[in-house]
Amino acid sequence: MEADLTWRVDGVEHTLAVDTRTTVLDALRDRLGNTSPKKGCDHGQCGACTVLVDGRRQLSCLGLAVAHDGSEITTAAGLVDGDELHPVQQAFVDHDGLQCGYCTPGQVCSAVGMLDEVKAGHPSAVSDDLEADVELDEDEIRERMSGNLCRCGAYSNIVAAIEEAARA
Amino acid sequence: MTTKSFGQRVQRTEDERFLRGRGQYTDDLLPDALHVAVLRSPHAHARIGDIEVDAVLDVEGVVAVYTYEDLEGAMAEPLPLLIPHPALTHGRTQYALARDEVNYVGEAVAMVVATDRYVAEDAAARITVVYETLPVVVGIDAARDASRLVHDDVPGNVAARMEQSTGDAAAAIAKAPHRLELELDIERSACMPLEGRATAARWDTDTSRLTVWTSTQTSTGVRAAVASKLGLDLVQVDVITPDVGGGFGVKVVHPWPEEVLVPMAARLLGRPVKFTEDRREHFISSAHERAQHHHVEVGFDDDGRVEGLSVQFWHDNGAYTPYGLIVPIITSTQLLGPYKPPVYSVVFESLYTNTVIVTPYRGAGRPQGVFAMERTMDAIAAYLGKDRAAVRAVNFIQPDEFPYDQGLIFQDGKPLIYDSGDFPQSLDKIKALVGWDDFERVRDEARAEGRTVGIGLACYVEGTGVGPYEGGHVQVETTGKVKVSTGLTTQGQGHQTAFAQIVADELGVRFEDVEVVTGDTRRMPYAVGTYASRAAVMSGSAIALTARAVKAKALKLAADALEVAEDDLEVADGVVSVKGAPSSNVSLGTLAVLSNPLRYAFDEASKSATQFSVGDPDAVPVPEGESPGLESRDYFSPPRSTFASGMHAVVVETDPETAEISILRYCVVHDCGRLINPLIVEGQIHGGVAQGVGGALYERMAYDEHGQLQNASFMDFLMPYVSEVPREIEVDHLETPSPLNPLGIKGAGEAGVIPSAALFASAIEDAEGFAITRMPISPSELYALRLEHATTEGADR
Ligand code: FES
Ligand code: FES
Repeated sequence: MEADLTWRVDGVEHTLAVDTRTTVLDALRDRLGNTSPKKGCDHGQCGACTVLVDGRRQLSCLGLAVAHDGSEITTAAGLVDGDELHPVQQAFVDHDGLQCGYCTPGQVCSAVGMLDEVKAGHPSAVSDDLEADVELDEDEIRERMSGNLCRCGAYSNIVAAIEEAARA
Repeated sequence: MTTKSFGQRVQRTEDERFLRGRGQYTDDLLPDALHVAVLRSPHAHARIGDIEVDAVLDVEGVVAVYTYEDLEGAMAEPLPLLIPHPALTHGRTQYALARDEVNYVGEAVAMVVATDRYVAEDAAARITVVYETLPVVVGIDAARDASRLVHDDVPGNVAARMEQSTGDAAAAIAKAPHRLELELDIERSACMPLEGRATAARWDTDTSRLTVWTSTQTSTGVRAAVASKLGLDLVQVDVITPDVGGGFGVKVVHPWPEEVLVPMAARLLGRPVKFTEDRREHFISSAHERAQHHHVEVGFDDDGRVEGLSVQFWHDNGAYTPYGLIVPIITSTQLLGPYKPPVYSVVFESLYTNTVIVTPYRGAGRPQGVFAMERTMDAIAAYLGKDRAAVRAVNFIQPDEFPYDQGLIFQDGKPLIYDSGDFPQSLDKIKALVGWDDFERVRDEARAEGRTVGIGLACYVEGTGVGPYEGGHVQVETTGKVKVSTGLTTQGQGHQTAFAQIVADELGVRFEDVEVVTGDTRRMPYAVGTYASRAAVMSGSAIALTARAVKAKALKLAADALEVAEDDLEVADGVVSVKGAPSSNVSLGTLAVLSNPLRYAFDEASKSATQFSVGDPDAVPVPEGESPGLESRDYFSPPRSTFASGMHAVVVETDPETAEISILRYCVVHDCGRLINPLIVEGQIHGGVAQGVGGALYERMAYDEHGQLQNASFMDFLMPYVSEVPREIEVDHLETPSPLNPLGIKGAGEAGVIPSAALFASAIEDAEGFAITRMPISPSELYALRLEHATTEGADR
């Protein structure tokens, strides 16, 4: 069965008809040719497919495209401002927060979404006080980024990059 | 003068592309390709009866379906045995699509090609296969027991039995003042790159040429395999390795069934075809490694000095042996580490089981060997009541003993001769870094707070940069840009950066002007591949030699053009100038024009070249022995491997109630010869340590007795996320240059993972006070061990 949907991806509006089983990830990659989000597991277990849906980070392999009609989707490719890297992306360059790069678009989207969650005061599993403002220390970053697998193990540099981006 | 780039923490040029989401991995290419779904065996061991595919062709969008019956010529033969060995008396490989019998869950049985993967999977589900199940062999014990056979014609399930020794170890052990015996086990894990296997192919009907893009660690290997399997001339096949999302060993195996099936389908159908494996497929149909059982006997003196060492081990090679005996040979030789037992003997059996094949995973047999040796060192220390570091120290090869011949044959068929190293200095450094001598105070303080901590130490030596060769091509374009290619592939090691650094220095050009291409057979048809921590050593050296040749050519031309002697010239920032008279100069771009007698004046460099004349007007334009173009191609082929080494120390805390194991400190001293780029080397170490932590504390393949993998997902196969890796990895480098290559470098890619199992076992044993002999270890296993030891201690009392 097919259904129509309209969404904005990295600032550009698209209308397309998809098999209703199509995930957000497959629609982005196979239908729109946006290969920025990657598929590491297709089961919501690695984070490589993370994108921002209406500003919140989401695993695009777990959502059905038709459930997101009308959404605004941002991938790592859409985080840049013209030629300029997003501050989080720049921090990843500065701290060498990647090796093979496969997890990277997901890491970056996840980090951007996570920093917004922190700004909005969302507590995490390691926050002591659920009401207070979040102090984004290393424990908080590790906990909040613990859904993004990096098999190359670039973790310590990823944490350093996010720490820097958070300070900026 | 150009600043030296070699040795600097140069930021990686590849990063920005990846961060912008512009990485181009195989599945990102050929958007219009047909997609493949592979039907895989649900049984670990079965005979195949009828396969019914008719229902498949009714599915809208299905283009083709293939079973073994459809394979022709060489495609119908078993896949190649890549690395034969005389000891591998019963080597077996699978067919691209199973013929008559399947030997592990996940073995490819049929392939559907359709308009997209959704359709292809729907259709594959309609294929019916009649299986007659056979008895299943899972695990080393069942394989040794041999009451069931994986292959009817392989007695005892033994693929190979291999023995090496440097003398009569049994006699030496018998004569020694003290003796110990140990039983040591390591379980299966796997590489698990975040990008799985993927292959895409396009057949060009007009030119009869095949282009294959594949996520491999060896594009030249795949090219040769595809050409011969499909009956094509080599020149009809190009293999391009685009960005690769991690390899760690599994992608060096070639050809995977799909790597020949996809090109076959593309050619038969005249349409582009793509296979992208899903995660479950990666678990059940790629490769695993590590499972081995070891029996160690050692004799030693009062200082802990080993007098004789005898090791027997059993290696689980899974259902087939496409990669020969590389893993167990490495275990059997690299087990010796930095030590020099006067007599050593080792014998192993490589055994078939009805499980996924076993091929090298980062470390490739070394983690097991190091586990066996380092557990032995710790056991000797415990027996004698001596310091674990001191026992190691008395067994070290000394700095003045290099080159040191261990008297064995290594995996490359060459003698196991260590080229250089300084183990006592490494030990001093690691002890200082982790605070080894002060640890009793740390332990007491923790104890006073009711906490249990332990410290571990593990040492290793890693043969890296194995031959036979690698090549480099360096070309200066008339724009002055330098284009470099090497045939081996890249999967995250920053080769483009490291190789550009080498060229920048050797040639005297700006780093930004160098562009490096890897793994493209159109650019470099002769190459070996990226494994065994060999890329920097092999291709780095080849590229350095090539850049030197290009520089020599440039100097000769410049001397001619500027009418001075070559010795009076220097090259910096892409300009050759006369020493002391920098205004007298010519750029490399202009020299590139001059190097080609056919000087079409299309660009500025060509125009500016008109002021110079080079060459002997009376000679032919391209004299014998010379070639047009400011370019060169050169190869590096070392006499034998170079040996990197290192020592890791870890401090762990074990929870008295939950037995949870946490890492308090992680320290590394690493010697990979001269460092091209410390940033990249540290990244490699971090990555290896993360995988090592996984291998020691979390990762195992949980097969049930039917050969079903119970944890074939990222949810159930636990790998370290950012929450599991050490907070900080404290790294100190030691640089003992290798005499075996022009840059003095050694490999660094695998080092981080090698000592982990041994290291954590050492630290947990130190914390808990009882022997740890099986890895990985989970909190529940540690808890069970505590109960066991509490009862035995209770019984003793
Ligand atoms: S691909 Fe979506 S979480 Fe792994
Ligand atoms: S950089 Fe390779 S998986 Fe993260």
